[in-house]
Amino acid sequence: MARIKIPRKSTAIDMTAMCDVAFLLLTFFILTAKLKQEDPLRVDVPGSSVKVNVPDVDMATITVGHGKVFFGLEGTDLRKSLLEEIGKKYTQNFTPDEIQKFSLIPTFGVPVNTLKQYLALSTEDKKKYQQPGIPIDTTTNSELFNWIYQARIVTKNLHNKELRFAIKGDSHEQYPEIAKVIDVLQKQAVNKFSLITSLNQGK
Amino acid sequence: MAELDTSGGGGKKGGKVRSKKASTRIDLTAMVDLAFLLITFFIMATTLAKPKAMDTFWPDKTKKDVQLPVPESRTMTVLLGNNHSIEWYVGPAGKTPPTVDHFTKNGIRKSLIDKSKEIEASHAGEKDNYMIVLIKPSEKATYKDFVSMMDEITITGIKSYAVVAITPPEIELLKKDGNF
Repeated sequence: MARIKIPRKSTAIDMTAMCDVAFLLLTFFILTAKLKQEDPLRVDVPGSSVKVNVPDVDMATITVGHGKVFFGLEGTDLRKSLLEEIGKKYTQNFTPDEIQKFSLIPTFGVPVNTLKQYLALSTEDKKKYQQPGIPIDTTTNSELFNWIYQARIVTKNLHNKELRFAIKGDSHEQYPEIAKVIDVLQKQAVNKFSLITSLNQGK
Repeated sequence: MAELDTSGGGGKKGGKVRSKKASTRIDLTAMVDLAFLLITFFIMATTLAKPKAMDTFWPDKTKKDVQLPVPESRTMTVLLGNNHSIEWYVGPAGKTPPTVDHFTKNGIRKSLIDKSKEIEASHAGEKDNYMIVLIKPSEKATYKDFVSMMDEITITGIKSYAVVAITPPEIELLKKDGNF
C-alpha cells in the first residue's frame, strides 16, 4: 500500500521582517530617548488636566519638597556663566575646573559657602550627600533670589531670551513653603511662571 | 537551531560526491530577541510621561498703581483648608455663610460653573459681568490642593482669578467647620 506522505513543513519562520521592525523601533527609541535624570530631591508632582509640555530650553526649575528648595537651570553654557556671576557676587573664586563640574549638574541645593566642597565630591559621594537646600527668606538678598536674578541676566546676555520659570512642588508640601518661592519670584517682577504637574486623566 | 541544509546528502546512491550547498539563511531569532530586549530597555528608561506645565499669571507686586478695584458682588472667595477641604462664599465676607465643598466633578467644579452663570445673569446690564475668583490657601492647605484648584479654574474657564493671602476672620470660618 502506498503511503501518502505528508510533506513536513519547516517550523522555522522567516525572521527577517521581524528583525527589521525590531531594529527600526530600537533606532527610533534610541534617537528620541531622553534618559531619566536622577533628581537630587524626589518630589511627588500633583496631577492636573493640563496638556502643555514643559519646554526644554531657557528654563529654570525650582523644586520644592520636604521643606527644601533646589534650583535647576537648563543648558551647560548658562550654568557656566551663572556660577561665574554668583562667584563674583559672593566673592568666591571658582576655578575653571569647578565651573566645568558645576555645568554638569542640572539641579542642586547647596548654599554658596559649601558649594566648593560639594563640587569637590566624587559622583558617587554627590549622590549620597544630603543636600540641605538653598537658603531662602523674604528679603531681596537671599541666595535663592540671587540665583534666580543672575540666571535671568545670564540667559538674557547669552541667549537674548527671557528665562522661563517653573515650580516643581511636592503634592504634600504645605502651601506656605510654595508661597515663599512665589514671593521671591514676584519680588523681581517674574509674574508669569508654570507649575509642573503630571497628567492625570479621567478626573 | 540554525537551519541545516537537509536536502542534499543522505540516501543517494551512486556515490557521487557533491559539495554541500551551504544555506544562505541565517537564524535571526537570537538577533530579534536582543533587539526587543534593547527596545524594552529604552522604553523603560525614557521618560514617557513628560511633565506638564501649568502656566499661571500673578499680579505685579512691584507696581502699586495697577490694582483694580474688585466689585465684591462679583467675587467668589474660595478658602483652602486642611485635608483637601474647600469652603467658598460669594460676595463680601461674612454676608453669607460659607459652603463646604470638595474636589470632585459635582463639587467645586459645579459650584464654580453655577455661580459664574448666576453672577453673569445678575450683572447682565453692566460693562463687565464675569465672576472673579479669589483663591485663599490657608497654611494647612497642601500644594496639591492649590494645583487642583488652579486646574478647576482652567477647566471651568474662569476669566479672572487671583491668589490672595488669607485673613484671620477667614481662618475662623475654616476653624468653625473643623477645616483648619
